[in-house]
Amino acid sequence: MIRLNNIVKEYENGTHALRGVTMKIEDGEFVFLVGPSGSGKSTIIKLLTGEIVANSGRIAVNGFNLMNISDRQVPLLRRSIGVIFQDFRLIEKKTVYENLSFAMRAVGASPRLVRGRIPYVLELVGLSDKTQQFPHELSGGEQQRVAIARALVNNPSTIIADEPTGNLDPSRSLEIMRLLGRINELGTTVVVVTHERDLVNRFQKRVISLENGVVTGDGVSYDAK
Amino acid sequence: MKHDFSYFIREGVGNLFSHGFMSFATVGITVACLLIMGTFSLVAYNAEMLLRTLESEYEILAFIDDGNSAAQTQAIGRRIAELPNVKSVEFITRAEAMTAFEDRTLDDYLRANISEDMFRDRYAVFVNDLNLVNRTADQVRAIVGEKNVRVDEDIAGGFILVRNVAGVVSFALIIILLVVSVFIISNTIRLTTFDRRDEIAIMKMVGATNGFIRWPFVYEGFLLGLLSAIFAFALQWLIYASVAKGIDAADTLKFLDVVPFGSIWRPVAAIFGGAGMVIGIGGSLTAIHKFLQV
Repeated sequence: MIRLNNIVKEYENGTHALRGVTMKIEDGEFVFLVGPSGSGKSTIIKLLTGEIVANSGRIAVNGFNLMNISDRQVPLLRRSIGVIFQDFRLIEKKTVYENLSFAMRAVGASPRLVRGRIPYVLELVGLSDKTQQFPHELSGGEQQRVAIARALVNNPSTIIADEPTGNLDPSRSLEIMRLLGRINELGTTVVVVTHERDLVNRFQKRVISLENGVVTGDGVSYDAK
Repeated sequence: MKHDFSYFIREGVGNLFSHGFMSFATVGITVACLLIMGTFSLVAYNAEMLLRTLESEYEILAFIDDGNSAAQTQAIGRRIAELPNVKSVEFITRAEAMTAFEDRTLDDYLRANISEDMFRDRYAVFVNDLNLVNRTADQVRAIVGEKNVRVDEDIAGGFILVRNVAGVVSFALIIILLVVSVFIISNTIRLTTFDRRDEIAIMKMVGATNGFIRWPFVYEGFLLGLLSAIFAFALQWLIYASVAKGIDAADTLKFLDVVPFGSIWRPVAAIFGGAGMVIGIGGSLTAIHKFLQV
């Protein structure tokens, strides 16, 4: 579960990114976090992954109190979250399989567990036949599916996708959103940060709107001003 | 999480090859730094050995008055030998002193006109510590008489000065070179780390601990340091042996007695290995530190 209570975040340069944000995302939910540039979406992602700390308020993610989290607990928090980025962030020198095994070995998974888990995840994202290919040999949509597979491979309870379709054409974007929907159906909490109104409105899912660092809406549609 | 040695070493070795050029650059620079440090240290060591040899040949001459009997002369020798800073005492007869003078002098006229009467029996007194030579000379004077001692205090002072200056300069230069080496290696490895900042960011993102991220770099630094040390040692040996051979063959440098590399290779190898690993691991750790703050 993700819970933010009256979160305020001001950066050192004086930017007020969040001005008292409160929201609650239950386990197993699919939520769109929408808003224009500068609305505070990226700040929320950084807060949720323990990259930055809020100035005030209360924030808890998957049982971790992020206002009081120790350096030793941050890796444990991150293992409970899979993050997907707009620019995929794959390692170009590694094959699809190696990108995934790298993410698993980084958290101490045994070679046996790696061998057992990767085929399952690649099948889930529809890339079973691409295991030995390098990222540059794949289309944008396929690369994003590898990134999703990497986010899933350590079996996190939550997936946070930061503009996952920003670099994709509309048909690939839809494909990626459907894949995230399927992952959500398997029980994983999915938070998708985006500003693509049409795409959001195609899915009848919960939409939390942000603007100027405050929550301006919480419903099932994205009504951008 | 347990220490997955085989994984870390595999990653470390893999990194060496996957970033071949940077590895090559790092090894090259480390070898250069080690060679500069090693060459300077070996020159300093040889200079120290030469100084010691010269010091060991430094002598106080204690002349014996002609009125002393053989027994009295021997008693004087024993008393001098018992003085605290005296390493050894050598009795030189007037005949031996004259022969030595004849061997040294190039002046034929002088050689033809000297006689044994012009020389006196003497003791050559060798000391343990040149710093105390003045005190020892005074003690010898108390035994043989004020005017019967010849000691070149300026030369002794010169030796002491050269040794002290050489010691301080060597120590300072070696420390400076070591710090410069770590700095250069750190920057070189930082470049390779910068090249891998995405990998590190991904590892952090999926929940790898700093320790887990650091270990492959530590092994990589260790291997780079070890490899550099091996290359540097081999090159150092080659250079040293060539220079020693050159000095040996040069007539004008006969007075220089170069320490054979065969007699010092073990400590040199140990120092190269240790310095290489300190530079490699130290450089890796300082380089990666910045990238772990995510």
